[in-house]
Amino acid sequence: MPLCALSRLTVLAAACLLVAAGQADPDAPVPRPGPAPLADSARLRGTAGVAAIEGSSGGGIVPWATIAGYGSEDAVGGTAHVTVIRLSDFKLAAAGANIGLFNRIEVSYARQVLDTGRTGQGLGLGRGLTLRLDTVGLKVRVLGDVVYGPVLVPQIAIGVQFKQNARRSIVTALGARGATGVDVYAAATKLLLNHSVLVNATVRLTRANQAGLLGFGGPESNGYRPAFEASIAWLPSRNLAIGAEVRTQPSMLHSTRSSPWVDAFIAWFPTKNVSATLAYLQFGTVGTRDHQSGVQISAQMGF
Amino acid sequence: MHRWGSEMRLVILAILLTAPGSPARAGLYEDLGSKPGITRIVEGMMRRNKADARVGPHFANADLDRLRILIIAQVCELAGGPCRYPGRSMAVAHSGMGVRPRHMNALVENLQDAMVEQNVPFATQNALLARLAPLSTEIIE
Repeated sequence: MPLCALSRLTVLAAACLLVAAGQADPDAPVPRPGPAPLADSARLRGTAGVAAIEGSSGGGIVPWATIAGYGSEDAVGGTAHVTVIRLSDFKLAAAGANIGLFNRIEVSYARQVLDTGRTGQGLGLGRGLTLRLDTVGLKVRVLGDVVYGPVLVPQIAIGVQFKQNARRSIVTALGARGATGVDVYAAATKLLLNHSVLVNATVRLTRANQAGLLGFGGPESNGYRPAFEASIAWLPSRNLAIGAEVRTQPSMLHSTRSSPWVDAFIAWFPTKNVSATLAYLQFGTVGTRDHQSGVQISAQMGF
Repeated sequence: MHRWGSEMRLVILAILLTAPGSPARAGLYEDLGSKPGITRIVEGMMRRNKADARVGPHFANADLDRLRILIIAQVCELAGGPCRYPGRSMAVAHSGMGVRPRHMNALVENLQDAMVEQNVPFATQNALLARLAPLSTEIIE
């Protein structure tokens, strides 16, 4: 009815609507559903990952290309999380929140507090010392979808993490060049449905020592170094993910060394609104302490 | 390579080994219960779609009997069964319907629930979704 499309007269338009309503064309397009809800929690359970300790959505220690929460392209989503890590000689607590906008942009914040316990004495820093790191993250999905589309086209995102360590005097005493740093990363994530396995690879440019908990840069170098991170998770059911991760990092301090972080995890997604993660971690050498391993427990709420 | 705990390597290896491989191409059709099983799955999905406020309006004016036959034929063919999907291409069939990712996800959830109802194992569910997922780019506007 081209005439109807052109009509600007209310009466004529109403008449056209009546005519259209009376037509019983079986091939007519079905009516469009109502407007998109602002929060739709539409994406499939588990496919948004969890909040990593730096606040970005992903695995426990690796940011993925996912956008936080379960909001679809027409909606927003978000999560809040708390994480406790108990290593041999350290305690690390983290809490944060993130927001996903239209499955395109993610904004995140997280605070990590490293309690050095008795270890601070070994570093000459005194007993019961805590280091605090705040991270603001921004991530943009560039292309692809973690679930849909060709299996060889992963979801790809680029992200940036602005980090500030609250204990400048301590990290510079350890040899770090400064207490603030910016990480830049690219991540590719895909759910290989045929195998029920999710894979992720992330490349990060960073100057951070232990993610920034021990400051940024070192005595000889303040330049960016590449770090390589990977996650793999098997999904045995709609509400479980069992996997492992690895995250390399530069070793820029003389006074302390750093090793790759690795973890093995099980994440439980009883609903789209809550998840819990239990992980076994090996952080290797942290500060002057070797063989740092332990357990991570994380809880998350979101939509 | 730095000190990766050897047990961590074992964990990763174990995940790779225990993750089920893709079911044999000829097997998925049988795994879904052949034509009768696929028919029950599709009918279960369509029953859920119709009652689902997220996607129900898309089916309000549809010829559901014709749609049912088409979807059964398509799933049967994609699963490697002895069927041929006689309908129009996915792009043409969904043109102008305003299908958004949230609708696609709702359909997938309804399909998953229908397969759970038919006791289809999760890995088999995903094997079918793996063959449907590439079509999404033609369907979503």
